[in-house]
Amino acid sequence: MSVPAGYYLILAAALFSIGAVGVLIRRSVIVMFMCVELMLNSVNLTLVTFARINASLDGQVLAFFVIVVAAAEVTVGLALIVNLFRLRASTDADQVGALRA
Amino acid sequence: MTGLAEGAAVVAPAGSPAAWAWLMAVVPLVSAAVLLLVGRRLGRAAPWVAILSAGFSLTLAVWAAVWLAGREAAERTVVHTVATWLPAGELEVDWAVLVDPLAVAMSLLVTGVGLLIHVYSLGYMEHDSDIPRFFAYLNLFLGSMLVLVLGESLLTLFVGWELVGLCSYLLIGFWFDERPNASAAKKAFVINRVGDVGFMIAMFLLFGAIGSLSLVEVLPAAEGLAGGTLVAVGLLLLLGATGKSAQIPLFVWLPDAMAGPTPVSALIHAATMVTAGVYLIARMSPLYVQIPEIGLVVAAVGAATALVAALIAVAQNDIKRVLAYSTVSQLGYMFMAVGVGAYSAGIFPLLTHGFFKALLFLAAGSVMHAMADRGDIREMGGLLRDLPITGGTAAIGTLAIAGFPLTAGFFSKEEILAAVADTAGGEVILAIGLVVALLTAFYMARWFALVFLGPRRFEELDHPPHPHESPLSMTLPLVLLAVASLGGGVLNLDPETGVLAGWLAPSVVAFEQTAAIIGHGLLEAIAIVLALVGLAAGVLLFRAGPREVSASAAPAVRFAQDAFRVDELYRAAIITPGHWLAVGLTWFDERGIDGAVNGAGRATSGLATAGARLQTGFVRSYALAVLIGTVLLIAGLVGVWMAAGDGIVLTGGW
Amino acid sequence: MTPVLAQATEGGAAELWTFIIVGAVALGSAFGLILMRNAVHAALMLVLNFLAIAVLYAVLQAQFLAVIQLIVYAGAIVVLFLFVLMLLGVSREDSLTARVPGQKTMASVLGVLLFVSLAAATAGPFLGDASVCGSEEALTGTGDGVPCLGLAAVNAAEGNLRGLGFLLFTDYVWAFEVTAVLLVIAAIGAIVLGRRQEDPSELVEPGSTVLPARRGSGSAATEPGAGPTDADEGAATETSEATPSEGEERT
Repeated sequence: MSVPAGYYLILAAALFSIGAVGVLIRRSVIVMFMCVELMLNSVNLTLVTFARINASLDGQVLAFFVIVVAAAEVTVGLALIVNLFRLRASTDADQVGALRA
Repeated sequence: MTGLAEGAAVVAPAGSPAAWAWLMAVVPLVSAAVLLLVGRRLGRAAPWVAILSAGFSLTLAVWAAVWLAGREAAERTVVHTVATWLPAGELEVDWAVLVDPLAVAMSLLVTGVGLLIHVYSLGYMEHDSDIPRFFAYLNLFLGSMLVLVLGESLLTLFVGWELVGLCSYLLIGFWFDERPNASAAKKAFVINRVGDVGFMIAMFLLFGAIGSLSLVEVLPAAEGLAGGTLVAVGLLLLLGATGKSAQIPLFVWLPDAMAGPTPVSALIHAATMVTAGVYLIARMSPLYVQIPEIGLVVAAVGAATALVAALIAVAQNDIKRVLAYSTVSQLGYMFMAVGVGAYSAGIFPLLTHGFFKALLFLAAGSVMHAMADRGDIREMGGLLRDLPITGGTAAIGTLAIAGFPLTAGFFSKEEILAAVADTAGGEVILAIGLVVALLTAFYMARWFALVFLGPRRFEELDHPPHPHESPLSMTLPLVLLAVASLGGGVLNLDPETGVLAGWLAPSVVAFEQTAAIIGHGLLEAIAIVLALVGLAAGVLLFRAGPREVSASAAPAVRFAQDAFRVDELYRAAIITPGHWLAVGLTWFDERGIDGAVNGAGRATSGLATAGARLQTGFVRSYALAVLIGTVLLIAGLVGVWMAAGDGIVLTGGW
Repeated sequence: MTPVLAQATEGGAAELWTFIIVGAVALGSAFGLILMRNAVHAALMLVLNFLAIAVLYAVLQAQFLAVIQLIVYAGAIVVLFLFVLMLLGVSREDSLTARVPGQKTMASVLGVLLFVSLAAATAGPFLGDASVCGSEEALTGTGDGVPCLGLAAVNAAEGNLRGLGFLLFTDYVWAFEVTAVLLVIAAIGAIVLGRRQEDPSELVEPGSTVLPARRGSGSAATEPGAGPTDADEGAATETSEATPSEGEERT
């Protein structure tokens, strides 16, 4: 009884897909953003799994960088959301229609 | 025989008139440009600028003629290169003038008659508001015609050929604010273009075969050309000539060209431009002498035209249209002459016809001037009393064109008939020529009788005009031309030994005599009798005024009045199908080609609209699109891996 | 604790059970994240998910990342999310029904497809017995899957944290420094974005709760006093009070 590395990857794929679906079906910009974070985490999980598969710490380093960048991204992203809210009085993504043709 | 056919051209000595001959064409052209640009400021001086430049050209032409006459016969073909015009590889065209007896004879006619008509226009156009433009066009025509006549290469000749066509267009449509004039001008231009195409293709063929367009090189090389090329070039040049000289099948424009001012009709559409076709064929005589059969075609075309135009002329009632059809008919005569290879006999009537037809047109203009621009000869009559000079000179012109003994027309006509009689296979053409001689005398007598003799019918009109003799500027050219019409015969009293025949010998190559259909003396007698009968019949029948047409003859007369309905025939046979073809092509263009283009545009636009609808503005839609792309990409990658056999192992716990 | 956990689960049944339980928690919290209507609940689900993943990191011999995950993600980032949620007061989403018809269905179908593709692409080769990390088959290479070596040997040499530190300050030092710059820039950006404008009316578009249906509305909207705005309620009431006739007409 043991866990093949593929299981972790499948889990990561599932989390990634769930995150992607969440981005698509949620209207709140904040929740969409959370789903993006979920997707980032699933990728991190993949990286860490591969680091283990290959017996190398490089994957973990990359995951570390992803975390750092995600932190920066969240900082800016949330600031943007706050601004958007100031502009629209809403965090509904569908209210932002300026890209409409 | 030495001359152009052997390429025996000499370079013009510096200072000789031949070296200055190019000014003959350039001065009127410059004058035309000046008149067009600042003519209005010149005011009353404008016509005199034009007349002076015409006079300059005449002086130069006379000088050149005298100079040429003083040279040895073998050295009378002189070339002077003014500048290199088109140095394009193999095709190198110089702007060169060819001064030879034929060119000088033509330029004497052009400048001489041209000057007289300039002077005449001074009186005729004095009440017109646009005198400078008129004289500018006249000068432009003069210069263009001289470019044509003096052109040393076929291309320069063609430039002049096109320019005179342009002048013809401009002058026919001089009073362009009236629609019929404008359409007549357009008609002349378009029909001329048909002939021009023939000319152009002939030039291409010649260049392809010989590699040059210079007459000095082309004409001697004509002997070595292949038979097919010769026939093609001969027929194509004939097409060009029929366009310019108003022969069957392209003669329909000339009668309509009478819409222009009468001096224009006299200068361009009687004396000079329309003879360009005859000139062209005479110029290319070394080529035609190789193919006498094609020459016979030329003669046949001329004979047919002469007969048809003469028949139409009998039934015409407009003072100028009679003369117009008469011109067509006389040009047909000239074609008969050049067709059978009697070039001096062809050029001779060209000159004499230039005199007396210009005279007749100017007389007609004078009559119309007196009749307040009325042109129907049935409304005239008895004008000889009011217009003695006009009437008298017109009588001389009528006698000359009818071939009354000892007038200029008499000699020229006799020579043509004699030349035809000497040609094998010329029987029918000779017979037609005799019939036309009779008809010519008849319709010209009718014309003269209706205009100048008999009761004064115009006094019964609603607003009877008060005819008066024209001013000196108009009568002087009439008198001078009348003198030329009477005495022009001395130029060539005999076909073989005449002055003109000897003069033209270096320029043209005559055919050999191939037959003797009828004795020249007998022919002469017959022609005189026919002319006298025609004249007498015309005068006697129409002395009392226009005659009622009997019921049985009415359809024929109306048919002739309508010019044999050739216009209608062309309309039905060419213009209408052409119109429908154009309509069809337009339809195809709009629906087919434009449809494809517009369809592409509309499809793009539709696609863009559909695509724009995808731009909902909802970020989530875009995210969805991104995800679709991602899934496709990854699925594709997986597919490729599986296809490559790297295998995705699904084992173990699964 | 975490190294112990990692060692304890090395190749044994404990790892499987840990994976099953923690994986179920991760999946469940992920579904909860995308299905919970209340954004605050969603954020809590996210925390749960992050925790589960941190556990998995530990199992996967990434002890340092597991700690970082707890501190940075579960600690800082989610707190930031919650903070913004509270600040804006938009914890409730009106409804899950999309304005774009079929969006949800499409998203679900695509999600399944994505999962299948990703799983096939990444996990496919690593499902055999040999891909059990640290197992005999993996080490001898007799398995039918791609062997999974495990990090035990690497971590044993210097420890996970020291190993990562060496890598960060040797091979990846350039990226590390750039990341530092990135963080500074992000901080500055957040400050700039968060700075309140002098005149709020310039920021808030009038009628912003309604979709800008027509393109031409933008110019009219920028005119001062073009109409009452939801964001500027005081101004709106003042306007309606100042023009009672308008209200009368409406009623």
